[in-house]
Formats: sequence, C-alpha cells, structure tokens
Amino acid sequence: MIAIIDYGMGNLYSIKNAFEKTGADVRIVTDANAFKDADAIVIPGVGAFDSAMKKIAPLKQDILDVVKSGTPFMGICLGMQVLFDKSAEGKAPGLGMLSGNVVKLPKTVLSPQIGWNELKIKKHISLLDGISDGDFFYFVHSYYCAPKDKPLVAASVEYGTDVTAVVAQDNICGLQFHPEKSGPKGLAILTNFAGSVKC
Amino acid sequence: MLAKRIIPCLDCDLGTPEGRVVKGKEFKQIKYAGIPWELAEKYYNDGADEIVFLDITASSDRRETMTDVIKKTAQSVFVPLTVGGGISSLSDARKVFTSGADKVSINTSALKNPALINEISEDYGRQACVVAIDAKRRYDHLDGRITVKTSLGECWFECSTHGGRQFTGMDAIEWAKEADERGAGDILLTSMDRDGTKDGFDIELTKAVAESVRIPVIASGGVGKPEHMREVFQKTKAQAALAASIFHYNEYSIMDVKKYLKKNGVHVRI
Repeated sequence: MIAIIDYGMGNLYSIKNAFEKTGADVRIVTDANAFKDADAIVIPGVGAFDSAMKKIAPLKQDILDVVKSGTPFMGICLGMQVLFDKSAEGKAPGLGMLSGNVVKLPKTVLSPQIGWNELKIKKHISLLDGISDGDFFYFVHSYYCAPKDKPLVAASVEYGTDVTAVVAQDNICGLQFHPEKSGPKGLAILTNFAGSVKC
Repeated sequence: MLAKRIIPCLDCDLGTPEGRVVKGKEFKQIKYAGIPWELAEKYYNDGADEIVFLDITASSDRRETMTDVIKKTAQSVFVPLTVGGGISSLSDARKVFTSGADKVSINTSALKNPALINEISEDYGRQACVVAIDAKRRYDHLDGRITVKTSLGECWFECSTHGGRQFTGMDAIEWAKEADERGAGDILLTSMDRDGTKDGFDIELTKAVAESVRIPVIASGGVGKPEHMREVFQKTKAQAALAASIFHYNEYSIMDVKKYLKKNGVHVRI
C-alpha cells in the first residue's frame, strides 16, 4: 500500500486519482500508525513552507524513522522542498533528509512559474524510465531546491536558471512538478514509482 | 521554456443528471456536443494542456451536478481542470476545489467583489484563480480610458458580464491590471466582438492586455482555424489559446492544431 500523507496542505485527491489510474493500492492517511507499515510514502503539498513545517511537525519523527528504515519515499512540489534543510521562503527548518536549501526563482522571470516546461535529464534513474529529454511536465512554484550535492539532481528545467525538477538519493525522491497534472508522462513516473514498491 | 497552452472549453448545461456540453448558447439553436467528462477525457487523450468547464446552466439546482461532473472528470483527466460559471464566494470556490478542480474562473463575481480574487489566491495559490474578462470594443467616450489605436479607429475595451448581455463601464485593461495586482494567476480574455464569429482572435485587444499585465493571458473568442492560433501566439504575448466549437465537432483535433503550431515555430507540448 502506498500512503499519501495528509497533513493539511492542499487537495490530495488528484494524486490519489492518478495513482489509482496506474493500478496502485493507495490510501490517504493522517496519522503515523497508518503509514508506519506502508510499502511507500508520498508527501504532496501546496502552500507556504513555514505552515507546511508547522503542520507536519507532529509527524516529523515518524516520517524520519520510516525513511531511515528504507521505505521508498516521494515528495511532490512543496513536499519535495520540505525534504531539505531550510527554505528562503520561511524560517522553520526543513526535514533535513536531503542536504541543501530551497531558494527563490530568479528575478528575471515571472514568479510563480506556472505551466508546462521541458525536462532536461541529468542522470538516468529508474523513476524516469520511459521519459525523454524534452518531455513536458506541469509546474506551479515560486521556490526551487538547490541540493548541496549536485549529483542528486536527476533532471532540471530552464526557467531563468537551471531549476531542479527531480532529485533522487537512495530510497528518497522529489519532484518539483505535479506528476498528477502532467498527462501520460506524469502517470508514467507514478507507475515507475509504484512498480518499484513491493506491494 | 514554457510551452504555449491549448485549452478546450466545454460550456456545460447541468440541468440534466449527467450534464451536457452545449454549443451555440448565443443562438436559439442549441446543439449538444456530448457528456462533459467524456469529452474532457477525449480532449485529454488528444493532448489538451488544460480543460475548462464553464457552467452556463440557468437553473439553480446545478451545484450537485457540477460536483459529480468534476469528480468523474478528475478520475480520468490528468491535466489542470478549471471550472467557471456561478462561483460567487470563497465557499463556492472551495466546493469546486474539493471536488477535484485545480482552478476556478471568476468573472461577474470578481467585478462585483474584487477582494474575492485576493481571498481565493491567498487560500489556494495564485495559479488557482483565473479572472475571466469579456471585453467589447467601444469607439466613443474615449476620455479617461486606456485607448488603443486599431485598424478600425481608436477604441477602448469595456468589461461585460452575463455572457455579453450587460455592460459595466469598467475598462478591461485597467481591470486586468487590478486582477494581476490582487493575485490572479491567469487572465482569460474573451473578445465579445469576435466570440462565435470564427474570424480569428481580436489581436489588438489581446496584445494590449497581454502587454499590460505580468501574468499569462489566455486568448479566447473567434478561433475558426489553426492559423488563428498561430497568429495570436506570433503577434501577441498570449501564453494560451482557448477554443470550443472547432474541437467539439471534430473540425480539427487538438493534436492537429498542435502539430500545425509546432511546424510553424510555436513552442507547444506534443
């Protein structure tokens, strides 16, 4: 079972619908008991960094424990940004699972970035099986992740600068775009993630 | 680089249990084009970048039907879904978002209560609030207006409501700027002079509005063939084009239009 953690930041039904479309067994959960034994965990999120960290605080230790145990973990959009140490958007510390910061999009471009942008693949990972350079994904964000270790970045897009789109390290991955709103290519990524999970 | 978006618009009459997509609302002869979620799924499979549902139901018992229509659509359509028509409060918007829509489009209600733009944008993010502007050319009473010199003479653009039946005196360019400042994510700009004509977009209107705001403008009204989409993308800063009838009756598929645009140098998602 794939657990989508509902911590009160945004509508999770699109992600649930999209995973169901791929045939995965997926549930929206709100407490640690419900995700401790999950085969994989997804953290979505739309909104501001500090309010996300405040709402996620009661679950923080349980999330860190589950990830440490090796459970596959996916962060989407703001759910990707909270995996890092800190964000220019707020004062609260992030989950610190990945080292690096979240920074603002450059002033030379309109912010938020809203729309379909072309992926540049930096590193082949199984999550991106079937995805090619130039495939489009749907983005909505004003901040982006700047990992300390550049090799963490599996794909990026050009938007005023090289904007991190996909990160992957061990059992953790993060997507800045919305796979659940990115058409068949977005569903392909969710299928890859669900396929890598033993459930 | 962001792709230019191609957006099919489905005018929905929700007076029946499943709802119906209609075309020709401005004429007496209303034609039925299909069931909303079936058409939405077809457009999704054909490469639509977003889907817009516009509720044009006259009756008041439509809300439950819209919830069902959105829920069904969200199970099979995996691109952003915008819902407009009759959304007049934050709680109306909330119902639409909870059912699975990603954006709401507001028109009359925003003109009556501009703070609604701020409220939606603060709660759901800027991208979730589309402000629809129905603009009509006016060649008189130019004083104090933002005017544009067009091939037909100098004019200003007036905002209309209720599908072009009522006029507000509000300057469309002024209003677009205010909507941007209040937190709108897109301006859905329909030319009431061109809507339904198939003569092409009002390029002068689209250009003027798109150059006045910092948010994307969705051009609407008048598209009759793929060349019109190419023209609006090449002559204006519009980020998206919306069309209804050319897609509904299979005159052109969305993929046909996108292939044509790509061949002609417009950056689109294929």
